[in-house]
Amino acid sequence: MTKVTMTVNGKAVSKEVSGNTLMTEFLRDELRLTGTHVGCDTSQCGACVIHVDGKSVKACTMFAAEAQGAAVTTIEGMANADGSLSVIQQAFQDHHGLQCGFCTPGMVMTAATLLKENPTPSEHEIRDYLEGNICRCTGYHNIVKAIMAASGQDVSGIAAE
Amino acid sequence: MYSFEIESPTSVADAVAALGQEEAQALGGGQTLIPSLKARLASPAVLVSLKNIDEIKGVSSDGGTVTIGGGTTHATVAEEVADSYPALSALAGNIGDPAVRNRGTIGGSLANNDPSACYPAAALASGATIVTNTREIAADDYFQGMFTTALEEGEIITSVRLPVPEKAAYVKFEQPASRFALVGVFVAKFADGVRVAVTGASEEGVFRWTEAEEALSGNFSADALSGLSVPADGMIGDLHGSGEYRAHLVAVLTKRAVAAAG
Repeated sequence: MTKVTMTVNGKAVSKEVSGNTLMTEFLRDELRLTGTHVGCDTSQCGACVIHVDGKSVKACTMFAAEAQGAAVTTIEGMANADGSLSVIQQAFQDHHGLQCGFCTPGMVMTAATLLKENPTPSEHEIRDYLEGNICRCTGYHNIVKAIMAASGQDVSGIAAE
Repeated sequence: MYSFEIESPTSVADAVAALGQEEAQALGGGQTLIPSLKARLASPAVLVSLKNIDEIKGVSSDGGTVTIGGGTTHATVAEEVADSYPALSALAGNIGDPAVRNRGTIGGSLANNDPSACYPAAALASGATIVTNTREIAADDYFQGMFTTALEEGEIITSVRLPVPEKAAYVKFEQPASRFALVGVFVAKFADGVRVAVTGASEEGVFRWTEAEEALSGNFSADALSGLSVPADGMIGDLHGSGEYRAHLVAVLTKRAVAAAG
């Protein structure tokens, strides 16, 4: 067992973990932050995307011990301070960017790093950046639209809902 | 996964010492190793994470050579060599997906030498030098077959030095599910000749297509490759494509890479 200390959604946490404890297991089972979803568990689907020191990573393919000293943000840390939805989350709701919702935490986390790196992405750039996030319900159109809307761009030209 | 301990040394010397333990294995970005551990394809007693070793991270450029620390992520490579070696930047920026690129490292990719990985093609085509904690290895001697390299047990890639070609391009035909290269070709034109490295195709891992190199060294154009082909013998054949298909792709992608290099 190793002791790990990190910041998760602004709060300091410190726990004993096994070497093989995945970040997904640490967040979900130890911290009870179950918004980070485990879809494929093979780093294909992106439902587990979180931010580690501001960068998007797949929590299923990282050990908790590797996050020693890191600042971690999960979907639970994405809402505004008053509890209202962030711009990206609100855009997903407004544009029906989700159906079953399973992939949504990862989509929102990935969208957040995209917009940080590229504040006004094109539709092509959004689709390209979502390469590692799989959605089986929406066909992606409304996810792309939501992200486009969250970036403040006109979405009237994007394919039908 | 089987159980193991993780150690996170902060210097190459400490990492080498840690790797001297029984059943110890280095952990780079983990984007291949962690899935392998989940599948119980490996059972180390100790994983030695290289993530906290600052001395093997970062990119520098000097007099026609870029030097990349072994612990540098694909995302950082893509960003840092955008001006100094655009073809390499494009390759790094198209590995996996953004989240994978934030964890996976060039040293990890080269040490693993997956037969469908992108970086081995860049290293071989550039005539790179793989620098470890003990020695320097020419790319031509480094790659020794599928998942096999010249690295000894416990040896760590500290950096990679890549001569920057006059012209270069990497073109990959993606296996659409995994995003790995079904076939990828890196063409690099230097003042003294052209190097062509092919990944994804051969059962022997990355290789140089010398016949194409000779043709291109005299005439750097896609036309120079007319009529050239690689034999299907020894090409990987699987559910994604036959050996014949991969051999065909090698010729097509080499032409495209030459055209893209301009």
